[in-house]
Amino acid sequence: MQLTLRYFASLREALGLSHEQITAAGTPANVHDVLVLLRQRGGAWAETLADGNAFRVAVDQRMGTLASPVHPGAEVAFFPPVTGG
Amino acid sequence: MPVRVQYADFDLSTELAALRAGHPDTGATVAFVGTVREMNGGGAVSLLELEHYPGMTESALADIVSQARSRWALIDVLVVHRIGPLQASEQIVLVAVAARHRGEAFAACEFIMDYLKTRAPFWKKESSAEGTHWVDAREADEAALARWGVEEPGRQRDMHTLT
Repeated sequence: MQLTLRYFASLREALGLSHEQITAAGTPANVHDVLVLLRQRGGAWAETLADGNAFRVAVDQRMGTLASPVHPGAEVAFFPPVTGG
Repeated sequence: MPVRVQYADFDLSTELAALRAGHPDTGATVAFVGTVREMNGGGAVSLLELEHYPGMTESALADIVSQARSRWALIDVLVVHRIGPLQASEQIVLVAVAARHRGEAFAACEFIMDYLKTRAPFWKKESSAEGTHWVDAREADEAALARWGVEEPGRQRDMHTLT
């Protein structure tokens, strides 16, 4: 399954990447499945996206949760809690 | 265009005049202007860098405005949020609400700011003589949104309930 992944702010810096296209092995059903794939990369990925770290997710540019479904071609974003205003 | 994300500064009087133009039924206009607060206090000059999620930012702000419109009878709403590097004391955000009466205008303006603080994808990075760091989100901001009966999605506690 083709997905576009985007990373912002402190996550982008920690991961050293702002965006990427991946072909996910298997068929991730939701954001949590995508997260599991990313953590398997180890290193900064496992650390930054570890259980217990505060981060938020969006699917197709809408705030979501780990249970939010993903579909082929979806844009999934990971970022820290927002600090605008 | 009720929502703008821009590098340029804004002029409050110009924006409010445009907001009221063509709406003689407006009886109350409430505007909130957020400015960059000097964090160090010790005189060290700091710079704030605003990062955002292009596309999602605009749709998130538009969604926030429509949430406010569904709660109160509003005549017009304007949200302007700046991005890029900003110095202390510079204007960073404007939320302006025009309504028939002040009650709706005050409430909607505060609601939009509370919502924006926790839902609009902006991130602040502060640089000073002491170094650079990302500004932490404040729990108080989430509590402010909860006052309106709004639950924030995607909080970390979901991690435990959903896995």
